[in-house]
Amino acid sequence: MYQYDTIDKDMLADRSAEFRGQVARRLSGELNEDQFKPLRLRNGLYLQLHAYMLRIAIPYGSLNPTQLRKLAFIGRTYDKGYGHFTTRTNLQFHWIKLSDAPDILDHLAEVDMHAIQTSGNCIRNVTADPYAGATAEEIDDPRVWAEAIRQWSTVHPEFSWLPRKFKIAVTAAPKDRTAAKTHDIGLNLKRARDGSLGFEVMVGGGLGRLPHIAPTIREFLPAARLFSYLEAILRTYNRHGRRDNIHKARIKILVAALGREEFARQVEAEWEKIGSGSDLPDTELARIRGAFRPMSFETLPAQSEIFEEAKAAKPAFARFVRNNVKPHKAPGYGIVEVSLKAIGETPGDATADQMEVIADLAERFGQNDIRVTHEQNLVLPHVKLSDVPVVWEALAAVGLATPNMNLVSDIIACPGLDYCALANARAISVAQHIAEKFADPDRAERVGELKVKISGCINACGHHHVGHIGILGVDKKGEEFYQLTLGGSGAEDAAVGQALGPALPYDRVADAVDTLVEVYLRERNDGERFLDTFRRTGVAPFKEAVYAVAD
Amino acid sequence: MPWRIRLKDGVFALVEDPFTSVSDDWAIPQGDVIISLTRFQAEGDRLLSEGRKVGVRLEADEEVEALAYDLPRLSVVALVFPKFGDGRAYSYAALLRERFNYRGEIRAVGDVLREQAGFMVRCGFDAFEPADGSTPEDWERAAHRFRHAYQRSTDRRTPAFVERGE
Repeated sequence: MYQYDTIDKDMLADRSAEFRGQVARRLSGELNEDQFKPLRLRNGLYLQLHAYMLRIAIPYGSLNPTQLRKLAFIGRTYDKGYGHFTTRTNLQFHWIKLSDAPDILDHLAEVDMHAIQTSGNCIRNVTADPYAGATAEEIDDPRVWAEAIRQWSTVHPEFSWLPRKFKIAVTAAPKDRTAAKTHDIGLNLKRARDGSLGFEVMVGGGLGRLPHIAPTIREFLPAARLFSYLEAILRTYNRHGRRDNIHKARIKILVAALGREEFARQVEAEWEKIGSGSDLPDTELARIRGAFRPMSFETLPAQSEIFEEAKAAKPAFARFVRNNVKPHKAPGYGIVEVSLKAIGETPGDATADQMEVIADLAERFGQNDIRVTHEQNLVLPHVKLSDVPVVWEALAAVGLATPNMNLVSDIIACPGLDYCALANARAISVAQHIAEKFADPDRAERVGELKVKISGCINACGHHHVGHIGILGVDKKGEEFYQLTLGGSGAEDAAVGQALGPALPYDRVADAVDTLVEVYLRERNDGERFLDTFRRTGVAPFKEAVYAVAD
Repeated sequence: MPWRIRLKDGVFALVEDPFTSVSDDWAIPQGDVIISLTRFQAEGDRLLSEGRKVGVRLEADEEVEALAYDLPRLSVVALVFPKFGDGRAYSYAALLRERFNYRGEIRAVGDVLREQAGFMVRCGFDAFEPADGSTPEDWERAAHRFRHAYQRSTDRRTPAFVERGE
């Protein structure tokens, strides 16, 4: 992964010192809460239901074992022994004392980590493909661009006080694992016919109250011109984005109000005036590329005997391989998905002990590389196939080998009413009940790819709009109800889901999902995923089945 | 006479302010004044012809381009921060310096806190009317909080990617 130099380290130390001073001024009363709030937010500190929550940035979801061990240490020392990986590939601790926050930031800075711009109306952590550098599908390594964007956006002089938060994703493969079209800016690396590198630029995606899938405003931006173009987009937004209504302040509203063509015209006009003076020199891009320590892959046969024998001997291992091990660009290697969706557990949670096991495995078998996915799982991107059986056993021993990637129990859920001051309803326990319905792994595999996403309120942190099945918690006269949507997707076939019908009470949600799955199994044609069947049949058969039971 | 913090040759100092900031419903007093864009468009020529210095106060929802042709005649552009989280004025300052080559005073007025010092200086502000009672020393500290900057900006500070090559 990217190796911080002294400048990168100085930036973190300086930021930590700045925030320590701000906390001291808050504790002494020199700053009032109104003044302090935007300052603590841009250092990742939220005031939640029970305590402060600290959101730690994991830039483009990339971690090394030392960093993961430090997170385990913080979880054990300052929290309740666990942390929560989020859909923004960050890590949250939910039980933090304000007075401990500066010390925690110092601990993080020791391992090149921070909480900078994980909240607030600024440019947030950049998302990149968790398979970057490991998948044969990619056109270029998106982490190089994501790291360049991380630096450019850190304490940006002009774009740190935007109308609203701002999220950027970079992907470089036909299969989008970043949900690029739900970001404020989605960048899709492409090659032109002449072989030159560039980006498809999508702007104005976002979920929340008013979900939008980002339209493309430029089919091909030469890669060398990325930063002047980002400046043009951000300046247009900083000047013209709405600031009178927090719910209409995201760039998606500006893009929708102006229309894609007019927004693109304004950006292009600004871009022309900016010129290339704002672009990052090729030498710096080359330096960043070089600062990602190259992996040393052994020359191996494509097949591993140890791996094949273990599959033949152990059906549970074969199941794990079918669902959690993906092809690697280097022969004899695999990408191993570590599920944080054990049946009955909180999606995205990992205990300090589990973090340490993963850190050890990454060190021994995974070239010191760990990734966080926006679907709240972890990835060991470079494991020799011959080592996968050992890795699997070690993961299974601590409850991390659930073979359910992309299956119905691989659910995204926000913290919901259990933690969050904004929530209307629980999300975690709904996820647990659904996962328990599909605890039989044969049945889950028969159902195949099915993305269930749950949000405890309209802010949509659980991405329910883009779930194949989306579930939104609402409050009806003090009771928890849930609105179901079908047919959404956050991937390359992005779409916002369609409402199923009236909201259901808490104790009927898991049964309704079960019914939806039965309808799918009945209706599906060969090779169709749940999403494909729904898009073919429409909502009618699903609606009929769920509400027939109700009446 | 009131005061403001001025940044000159890298030094923050409390300096007397010869300008009176005049709201639209006041009569224009003697001496140097800062007035609204609307008033400048109506009365600017006359005030300038009287030989006094004139500045314009630009609200966050006004377009900086409206000043383009008058900039050589303006001694001050005062950019208003209606709330300290409202970041439009950073873009206006950057455009004044970069695109319009404005070399006069760019003053931050409104909800101005020392926390913004680093951003303001990098975008080209060189005068400040803090609302939090902060001193030039506070601004000095806040503006130099970071030993490096990742981006090129209007302050011509050497960005990290150039430092690295040196």
